[in-house]
Amino acid sequence: MIQGILLCSLTFLSFAIFVTVFRLVKGPTALDRVQALDALGINLISGVAIFSVFIRSTGFFEVILLIGILSFIGTIAFARFIERGVVIERNQSD
Amino acid sequence: MSWLHITILLPFIFAMAVPYIYKKFTPRIHTGWFVLIIPLLIVAYLITFIPKISSGNTVSESVPWMPSYNINFTTHVDGLSLVFGLLISGIGALVILYSIYYMSKHREALHNFYVYLLLFMGAMLGVVFSDNIFVLYVFWELTSVSSFLLIAYWYEREKSRYGAQKSMLITIFGGLAMLAGFIMLAMMSDTYSIREMVSNAAIFPSQPLFIPAMILILIGAFTKSAQFPFSIWLPDAMEAPTPISAYLHSATMVKAGIYLVARLTPIFGGSSEWFWVVSGVGIITLLYGSVNAVRQTDLKALLAYSTISQLGLIMSLLGLGSASLYYKIGDDSSVYAIAIFAAIFHLVNHSTFKGCLFMVVGIIDHETGTRDIRRLGGLMHLMPISFTLTVIGSFAMAGIPPFNGFLSKEMFFTAVLNASKMTVFNVDYVMLFIPIVAWIASVFTFVYSMILVFKTFRGKNKPEKLGREVHEAPIGMLIPPLVLGSLVIVIFFFPNVLSQYLLKPALAAVLPTLAQAGELNVKVSAWHGWNAELFMTIGVIGIGTLMYVYLKKWYRIYRIYPDELTLNNFYNLSLETVENMSRLFTNRYMTGFIRDYLVYIFLFIILLTCGTMWVFDGFYFDPSNDAPVNLFEAGLMIAMVITALSVLFSKNRLTSIVTVGGLGFLVSFFFVLFRAPDLALTQLVVETVTTALFLLCFYHLPQLRKEISTVRFKAVNAIISIGVGMVVTIVALSANGNRVFESISGYYENSYELAGAKNIVNAILVDFRGFDTMLEILVLTIAGLGVYTLIKLRIAGRDQNEETK
Repeated sequence: MIQGILLCSLTFLSFAIFVTVFRLVKGPTALDRVQALDALGINLISGVAIFSVFIRSTGFFEVILLIGILSFIGTIAFARFIERGVVIERNQSD
Repeated sequence: MSWLHITILLPFIFAMAVPYIYKKFTPRIHTGWFVLIIPLLIVAYLITFIPKISSGNTVSESVPWMPSYNINFTTHVDGLSLVFGLLISGIGALVILYSIYYMSKHREALHNFYVYLLLFMGAMLGVVFSDNIFVLYVFWELTSVSSFLLIAYWYEREKSRYGAQKSMLITIFGGLAMLAGFIMLAMMSDTYSIREMVSNAAIFPSQPLFIPAMILILIGAFTKSAQFPFSIWLPDAMEAPTPISAYLHSATMVKAGIYLVARLTPIFGGSSEWFWVVSGVGIITLLYGSVNAVRQTDLKALLAYSTISQLGLIMSLLGLGSASLYYKIGDDSSVYAIAIFAAIFHLVNHSTFKGCLFMVVGIIDHETGTRDIRRLGGLMHLMPISFTLTVIGSFAMAGIPPFNGFLSKEMFFTAVLNASKMTVFNVDYVMLFIPIVAWIASVFTFVYSMILVFKTFRGKNKPEKLGREVHEAPIGMLIPPLVLGSLVIVIFFFPNVLSQYLLKPALAAVLPTLAQAGELNVKVSAWHGWNAELFMTIGVIGIGTLMYVYLKKWYRIYRIYPDELTLNNFYNLSLETVENMSRLFTNRYMTGFIRDYLVYIFLFIILLTCGTMWVFDGFYFDPSNDAPVNLFEAGLMIAMVITALSVLFSKNRLTSIVTVGGLGFLVSFFFVLFRAPDLALTQLVVETVTTALFLLCFYHLPQLRKEISTVRFKAVNAIISIGVGMVVTIVALSANGNRVFESISGYYENSYELAGAKNIVNAILVDFRGFDTMLEILVLTIAGLGVYTLIKLRIAGRDQNEETK
């Protein structure tokens, strides 16, 4: 019963990933794409979580945390790039 | 190490000492006086062999060089090598004596000269005394190299360098061909020793490599001995100092090819191919050289062409004589053996008179300042001794009694007349042409010999063209040609002494089977009655005299022949064409664009992999081991394909980066699905860092080129990329289907017992295969340092550039 529900949700999740990828590919602006990337990260977090329950393993919990952090960092980097043209600014003293 | 080996190595050893002697004694004593000792010692030592050799014995000594490869420095003295050894050392001594007076001790770099000369002498002795074919090849190449150095002795002149390069290219080409031939010989006979090959000569003709080995070795011999069409280097080698021309390019080096042909006659002789190639090329060279010699205006060029012609004569005699091996034993064989005897005899004669003539020409050049026939004339009363010597040399060359050339020319005519009666080798009427061609060539030989004597010494003296007081050379310069000139006459009157002690053992070395049967009883006599040969000689003298007298009338014929069709022009043109073609070719494919080189690389990968698959029928698809595919795996796969395609077709760079980042996320999810948490972690971090790095790079893109454009579509690129993808897919599928062995991963499963680790991946990385990890850390360190250095150096360089402005 629970296995069936998990498989079902994984399938739905891959459908969600599909839709996010469509936005990632289609655009139309860079901002849309960055947001799609962020959403893709969230999708992956839930995907990994469901999969961990599905195979009854605790080995992937670090991955969930890491995706959370990295997707945040990535989005911030893109945002800074789009906003200011640079990712890492130099010190004022330079 | 026997005395014989020391004799061969003596010139090399002494060559090392020459620069020190030069430094210590110049300019008080001419360096040549010290060098002169060496060939005199060698001559004295070699003379001691004569009694032993003339009684039919041979001497051989061996010193191991590379014993594990069966390459030993084996020396072998028989009649043939002794004749050559005496020529090399004897004429070497005379040439060094001559060069003492010819080369100025104040102006010339004598240490270079004598070092090269001694190198050459040692190499030449090595060639004639070596029994091991590879040692022979080593010395053979040494003669080419030292000859190259000697031709370019006056390296500041362009023509010297041109001549040296030409002779180098041609003789090294022949030498390499010869090496291939030698290797084939060694493969056929399973030995490296020439003596053993000769004693097993019967096994050769049936082998498939017989003809290729023969052709390759003959190319080596023909290039060295300036046979047609490889003769073109010899006239250009006349830019060398005259002692060198006399020594290398008339008496010794150009006879190395003759030596090789004579030495290998017992192996190849008797086959019709050898007969035809050697005698045919010899006859053509004889005619070509003699006809061309007449048109030369430079004395040394005339002598160079005459050398070519005489070498052709000797070569054709060796070819005609090889027929005697066809008959095995019997009366017929000794008839043709005369040709071989004549070849060896003429070889000795040619060395004497040609050496003498070169030295005389050198004297004329030295005393008048020119070698141009058109500027010389009337020197008879000014230089009587030189004139006498020229007459002796030229008349010997023309084949007039009482000089030794007459004897060998008579024997040459005997040999060609015998050849015309030949019935073997499917000769038919072709052989009738040989005496005719030989006779015509002799007439031309007569004409240029007369030109050499009379145009130089008769007629009006032209002091206004010479611009200096002409007088006879110093006596030291005249001694060597006087010795050679008197030899010319002595050999005419007492040919049988030479024949008994040297030529017959040499003949026995060329025709060993006949010698064992006692079939060789050749006798030389100056007078042998009124026979066809004598009438031919009289005809040569008569027609030749007429042609010389009316030279001006028919000389114009030479102008008809266009310069574009000469061999020289062909050589220059082919060299130029080869250079241009290769330059064009290189420029064509070396475009300087990395994308072109990538196209070559990928095309090659496709061709190689597909070709291998095709040839070995390597494609194999076996889905039986495959795991079942889930719905969401398939869905993710499709999502990845779409993302990857959108990277290709994205409109700007930022889109590409974002989509690549998405692709990375999806890949990491695949790692999760395939139960690889460590990989997924690493993949995510690397993906994010890479994305950030790309963004950093974008900021630094140059301002001007910052144009947002799509990737331009090119059909070729598309085809190649699709091809590469398909090849990799095919290889992966085939590899998956062809799993031969069980995986070794079972071993790592008990990593807790072996390494105390529950994480297998980490245990493999740091424990089982820790070396890889260490080196990967090194790679990362190098990359980090590299990036740091690049950035720092770039900044420093830019500052410097700005400062210089």
